[in-house]
Amino acid sequence: MSALMQDAVARFFANRAAVAALILAVLIVALSIAGPWFNPNGYDTLDWLHAASRPGLPQAHWFGTDRLGRDMFVRTLAGTRVSLAIGLVASAVSVSIGVGYGAIAGYIGGRTDHIMMRVIEILGGLPLIFFVIFVTVFFGRNVFLLFVSIGAVAWLTMARIVRGQTLSIRRQEFVEAAVACGATPARIILRHVVPNLIGTVVVYATLSVPQIILFESFLSFLGLGIQEPSVSLGTLVADGAGELEAAPWIILVPGSFLALLLLCLNICGDGLRDALDVRQA
Amino acid sequence: MARLAAMVRYFLTRLATAIPTLFIIVTITFFVMRAAPGGPFDEEQTLPPEIIANLQNAYGLDLPIWRQYLRYLTSLAHGDFGPSFKYKDFTVTELIGQGFPVTLKLGAIAIFLALLLGIPLGALAAVHQNSALDHAAMSLAVFGIAVPSFVVLPVLALLFGIYVHWLPVAGWEPGSVRHLVLPVVALALPPLAYIARLTRGSMLDVLHSQFIRTARAKGLPLRTVILRHALRPALMPVASYLVPAVAAIMTGSLVVESIAGLPGIGRYLVQGAVNRDYTLVLGMVIIYSALLIGAGLLVDLLYAWLDPRVRAQR
Repeated sequence: MSALMQDAVARFFANRAAVAALILAVLIVALSIAGPWFNPNGYDTLDWLHAASRPGLPQAHWFGTDRLGRDMFVRTLAGTRVSLAIGLVASAVSVSIGVGYGAIAGYIGGRTDHIMMRVIEILGGLPLIFFVIFVTVFFGRNVFLLFVSIGAVAWLTMARIVRGQTLSIRRQEFVEAAVACGATPARIILRHVVPNLIGTVVVYATLSVPQIILFESFLSFLGLGIQEPSVSLGTLVADGAGELEAAPWIILVPGSFLALLLLCLNICGDGLRDALDVRQA
Repeated sequence: MARLAAMVRYFLTRLATAIPTLFIIVTITFFVMRAAPGGPFDEEQTLPPEIIANLQNAYGLDLPIWRQYLRYLTSLAHGDFGPSFKYKDFTVTELIGQGFPVTLKLGAIAIFLALLLGIPLGALAAVHQNSALDHAAMSLAVFGIAVPSFVVLPVLALLFGIYVHWLPVAGWEPGSVRHLVLPVVALALPPLAYIARLTRGSMLDVLHSQFIRTARAKGLPLRTVILRHALRPALMPVASYLVPAVAAIMTGSLVVESIAGLPGIGRYLVQGAVNRDYTLVLGMVIIYSALLIGAGLLVDLLYAWLDPRVRAQR
């Protein structure tokens, strides 16, 4: 196992694009955490004398300010932090649901599996994004609800992949041995099946983080996600979209951060998938 | 023949399940919406209670909820989506009827473009695996998948609309193609990227299979092998991606229409939900769900066409 892991790590680091993306992603994360300390401006402080000013050195508005004079550098980093946090938490929710559901369906098999997969098929055919939109519109826009509703929509793919893997793991000798020893199904799933799914889960969890960040910024862009005075990259891009002609940096700065972050996370995920040699579902 | 009959029967079953599915979607949306706080006549100035009572009476909102639900279903069965609560003097049918052609045009061109460019791009990348073309195509694909359309479109508008005045930044004129170019590109990019990637992946699998080796061994030119033998099976994953692609274009058009200022129906969904315009939201959900279900049926037909085991029986 450890030799296999070493091979995988070596394969990942042989992939120059993936390594570059990983370094860049780490830099973005580090910058979003440490960056504001190096800038005297707060993310919601208004600097009326320098409203909508161009990027430059005066007053340390390195990336310019928005139309209320708030510093784009600090705001973008704050937005990145919020987007990343949402990506990680909602991914954790969706991965937990997906792994649990998929492993149970795959391990029990038979009619249970059939029904559970039908449920996924039906849910997959529904316009679930509309439900997220409705839930966030109707029941107030609190962050907890946002996590839960995004996570609840995003678990379908994970469950499908995990179930496929579980089907093949179930047939292996060590599972049979565990059954022969009298282990309960719950114990077998937790101690024998799930650990063997880790490669697949890591890959798809990595790929689901940028998807969820994209989804959240989409909702925030529509005015349904994170609310003022908090910011996410999506709300910042939405703010800038109206100022395109007069002050393009208001959209370009958070827009390029969002694009770069998503690009890096996607390339990392792809690299990880190739390195761990997980088959695409 | 039996196979074809089975195919037809399967298709009809799917068609028959479409209506209950739609019914369930309508029911869930109806009751979730009613469970939400607020109502369509909440305004900044509170209206006198008599007026609210009159309004509720006029729209049937004072009836018990199950009566309202039955009333809505009955009018739906007559093809009537009901009156809009917020756009006074408009029925939902009129509102959707005005905007839907724009949205449909935008979405249809986008999906057509995604297929037209994505499939050849993916196939070429697979045939010339690890070439510069392959790397360029796959970089474009990662870009298209990662970068959201609401970043791509403003940047395109900035470049082509503001810095060089080739295309309008936003807006809409009936029949104008120039106004559609940027929104279509922004909308088509993500599905194009997925399609290119899917085609490349499945094409590589197919190219390594036995029957392709046989075709090559017969001395067929590479071009023929790819176009006549490899492409069709390689398109199976692309076919099953069509439903997610339609969904992606629908959700994308929500933001693309608002950025580009197109008079489509995208704005009604969020606006309608915010305004508690119950009938408008239900109408939108029905239209979008029907489109998705229709795409699913189309995929079934495509499978029959792509899979030789079904066709051989005809």
